[in-house]
Amino acid sequence: MRSQHNHIQELLGPLLMWGVAAMVTLPFLWITGDLIVHGVSHLSFEFLLSPPHDAGRQGGIRPILVSTFLIIGVCITVAMPIGVGTALYLSEYTRNDKVLGRLIRSSLDILAGVPSSVFGLFGNVLFCQVLGLGFSILSGGLTLACMMLPIMIRTIEEGFRSLVQDQRLSAAALGLSKYTTIRVVLLPAAIPSIVVAGILGLGRALAETAALVFTSGYVDRMPESLLDSGRSLSVHIYDLSMNVAGGNAHAYATALVLLSVLLSMNVLASRMVTRWTLHIHTLA
Amino acid sequence: MDLTHSHPRLSPDRPEKPGVHTWVPYSSKDPCCEPIAHIQAKDLSIAYHGQPALEQVSLEINRGCLTALVGPSGCGKTSFLMSINRLTDLIAGCRVSGTLHLNDMDILSSQVDLLNLRRTVGMIFQKPTLFPFSIRHNLELPLREHGMRDRTRLGHTMEKTLQQVGLWDEVKDRLEHPAQALSGGQQQRLCLARALMLSPDVLLLDEPCSALDPLSSGIVEDLIVSLRDQYTVLIVTHNLAQARRIADHVAFFWSFHGVGRLVEYGTAQSMFDNPKHELTTAYISGARG
Repeated sequence: MRSQHNHIQELLGPLLMWGVAAMVTLPFLWITGDLIVHGVSHLSFEFLLSPPHDAGRQGGIRPILVSTFLIIGVCITVAMPIGVGTALYLSEYTRNDKVLGRLIRSSLDILAGVPSSVFGLFGNVLFCQVLGLGFSILSGGLTLACMMLPIMIRTIEEGFRSLVQDQRLSAAALGLSKYTTIRVVLLPAAIPSIVVAGILGLGRALAETAALVFTSGYVDRMPESLLDSGRSLSVHIYDLSMNVAGGNAHAYATALVLLSVLLSMNVLASRMVTRWTLHIHTLA
Repeated sequence: MDLTHSHPRLSPDRPEKPGVHTWVPYSSKDPCCEPIAHIQAKDLSIAYHGQPALEQVSLEINRGCLTALVGPSGCGKTSFLMSINRLTDLIAGCRVSGTLHLNDMDILSSQVDLLNLRRTVGMIFQKPTLFPFSIRHNLELPLREHGMRDRTRLGHTMEKTLQQVGLWDEVKDRLEHPAQALSGGQQQRLCLARALMLSPDVLLLDEPCSALDPLSSGIVEDLIVSLRDQYTVLIVTHNLAQARRIADHVAFFWSFHGVGRLVEYGTAQSMFDNPKHELTTAYISGARG
């Protein structure tokens, strides 16, 4: 009786695990499959390289791709240094300073949960109106940077915290200054977590729609500078599927492109991390 | 309180606190260290988050002596060691009180130049802690940090130091290779070389041989012995045989209700041949600890 009970338990455990894994994986496979089925026939080099016509029902997505990369470029260029700097400050300088550290951390945790439309309105007021950048790629990128920062900072901070104390102690014991310790010991060792934080942030930025509608706008012309309005892939998908009758086919194709960009960025980053870790290990 | 005969029953949990053993002037057969106090601790106490870990340690460590700190785990030996180069500052919630002097320098003063203190007091840890760089870069980094830029002088100091630790012949052809590719024993010697590059006066060794195989451990031990006279060496060790072999002085710590105290301090010879405290006797005979 007892052994039968154990047997059932042993079967049930893995089954439950598989069930949970399937619940997470199936929607992803479903979405991907659906996108491929409906979108792949419209996908071509011409689609990627030509501008949209007839509100996106015809033509392609070239200016939209360019705008998307520009927005993400602005976002990551601004968010990375601020993110790494704040994370360093939190993990290396506020260890004993409980009040300030706690204040910053709880602010970040609350910001991480703020809806993107609120970030969009905030970006619209601050960047578009107060700073006079108007509906532009710059405004969009900066708003996305604000949105990405909370989660990025906490991820990088965890990376710094997980580094072994030995290296910090040994650097201090050699009379190395804090600056040198950070530069030569901590930063190189935390590269993988910084890359992961970047990827998480990029994923969120690529998928963002609401915040961008309020800040970078949805003009689908080829941008001439960062101060031009530009439409991102996600906004294009939203517009085609919600506002343009007969735009579904191209919405599918655009979503497929977005997914591919996201996937290839992920693969690239994990390759980079593996190579870097290998590099450290060959050194090790 | 008479420490020698007060308690027939030995227990680490007994409520009575031992006093501090008075310092025995140096009189060993081996005239290696001058009877000049180099490091002086008086009523030194260390607490973590308000919980005392080490209490009222007073002792004088002689210049050029090799002093072993022995005792069971958790009796505050490493904390004591780390207070000497103020690495305790890096540990959250750690508070050091009492007085601690290196020559005339008040180590615990807030005015003390920490980078300079740590240049004067080198430290080696249980596990080799090399940075993921080349051998050359590992050795040159601390000196560069302290302002030496001259490549010829750096190279010269590096060669001299590597010879001092007996690594020169082993690594001279692969100075640009990753330091962490060396064997454990070589890494530990390289760590020692890295500390010696800064020409310190004092060396703190925290169980430097415990993570090494017996052969490497022997080599590192011989190296430590060779450093006597030139440097004031403090070594934390769990290996009593090693302490007996190499130390001039031995400080014996014990944990009372989780709080470390110095039980006995004296020459290695007197400590091992004629211990004055029952706990010491029990510990070195293997009955305790």
